[in-house]
Amino acid sequence: MSSENLDIAYVAKLARIALTDDEVERFGAQLGDLLGHVATLADLDLDSIPATAQVVESRNVVREDCERPSLDRETVLNGAPQRQGAFVRVPRIIGQA
Amino acid sequence: MATIAKSAAEIARAVNARECSAREIIDATLSRIEAVEPQVGAYLSVLGRQARESADALDARIAAGERFPLAGVPLAVKDNLALEGTVTTCGSKMLERWVAPYTATAVRSMLAAGAIPVGKANMDEFAMGSSCENSALGVTRNPYDLQRVPGGSSGGSAASVAAYEATIALGSDTGGSIREPAAFCNLVGFKPTYGRISRYGLIAFASSLDQIGPLTRSVEDAALAYDAMAGFDPMDATSVDRTVEATAGTLREDLRGLRIGVVKQFDTHKLGAEIDDVYDRALHDLEALGAEIVEVELPTADYGLATYYLIAPAECSSNLARFDGVRYGLRVDGVDVAEMNERTRAAGFGPEVKRRILIGTYALSSGYYDAYYVRAQKARTLVARDFAKAFERCDLIAAPATSSPAFRFKSKSDPYSMYLMDYYTIPMSLAGLPALSVPCGWVTPEGGERPMPLGLQLTAPLFAERPLLAAAHAYERATKHAAKHGTQLPEAAR
Repeated sequence: MSSENLDIAYVAKLARIALTDDEVERFGAQLGDLLGHVATLADLDLDSIPATAQVVESRNVVREDCERPSLDRETVLNGAPQRQGAFVRVPRIIGQA
Repeated sequence: MATIAKSAAEIARAVNARECSAREIIDATLSRIEAVEPQVGAYLSVLGRQARESADALDARIAAGERFPLAGVPLAVKDNLALEGTVTTCGSKMLERWVAPYTATAVRSMLAAGAIPVGKANMDEFAMGSSCENSALGVTRNPYDLQRVPGGSSGGSAASVAAYEATIALGSDTGGSIREPAAFCNLVGFKPTYGRISRYGLIAFASSLDQIGPLTRSVEDAALAYDAMAGFDPMDATSVDRTVEATAGTLREDLRGLRIGVVKQFDTHKLGAEIDDVYDRALHDLEALGAEIVEVELPTADYGLATYYLIAPAECSSNLARFDGVRYGLRVDGVDVAEMNERTRAAGFGPEVKRRILIGTYALSSGYYDAYYVRAQKARTLVARDFAKAFERCDLIAAPATSSPAFRFKSKSDPYSMYLMDYYTIPMSLAGLPALSVPCGWVTPEGGERPMPLGLQLTAPLFAERPLLAAAHAYERATKHAAKHGTQLPEAAR
């Protein structure tokens, strides 16, 4: 439970957030501080304790495999930042710009 | 004469009896909003035209003989709940102009019961915060002292009801986001059992913790809203398929036969003499109403915060991955998709959201997953077990809702000091328990001039909403703390 290895620039890359130099410094310090606080969990003997993902018993939910109305395509596409016809338009994914 | 200072129960009765129209109630509420909103800032958008149209439609149906449990009740909707055709921002630049293409199930249930949305309420961005100061889109002030925060993250919801700009507000509570602002704004704030109210249409923050609930000026109104919203919804995979008993008709006047647990680890002495006195008096009042006070232990109470601040950010980092500039919301262009993603998220998210995504990403990353996330999930098991054991000795648990009354703007500059505000509400969230805050007294904060409200948090075992609301009602009726001081605003028409 150590925070020595907190490489904030690497974590930001995983999270796909571009950080400024100032943010790298500030968030790095703040997250290091928080990790110091959460390190108290090391005091608990948890070896034989099962993990809880969710507190209320639940089961897998499937719906009947039948046609039903979905959201209106035009309405949904109008919420996209950029569209082209019936598609959402995005910048180049493969190859050079 | 429209009486917006009345309760939801009274408004619904009058509108159903055609003593006044829903339109009159809505017009009066919209006038109130116009008058006080410049000072309060509870709303990110006000739905004037839609509200008037809905009121007219409701009046026509009532004239035709239909009746509704919340007929004509003005409703504030936290802006992380989808309402078709309205801008639903989550308090974020990421969704500043996003129009919801559908309506959340909980909101739909309130509409079906006759409630009328008058506005979308301000909130901490993506519901992350305890003061509402993390909203990227507006400042909301506490109606009891405009120099102080309303609490968070459902700060706009709380301020709207406290300022009589709505009668019921919907909020969401992940680690205290309904109970804390309710305590700060002299309201009842109720978080039902996890899974009782559908989360379909609630923009997700931490899915294993998020729960929708009402903020109201009375327990009876909270019960009416709960009765309207609780129930199974196939659109939410975690919605609980279990019978819901109506609560509004079962509220009690005394607490005879009830054992109320006081948590040994929640020592209120450390909160200062004045606050300690308020909570001491609350226990005496519960006893005077016939309850037996017993001491219970939550040995892992002090680990709640650490557990929560790993689990909630981990889930948030996963949930908020969808805001990538592709399908909805903000996009900042880049040479390729990766750069577009990074720039969009840099510009669209505020500092607290970024912090939580980063901590969550770290806690879930290769090499740290077991040490942080799994460890927190195991600690969560212990917290839930502690409560189960405590409830062998008592029917309800009484605790403070917050460690202080509402604080001044910008007084918690370090993130961890803000996280500490959730100390008393987080354990219940981790265990999924139903819990509410009910007004329990007033203190004048150091350096403050006005008395500020405090909340008593009552917690029940899973699915025991009925005895929880019943007890809170008895306490509220006997003590009437909420009525002892007014807001800084002009009085609402009675």
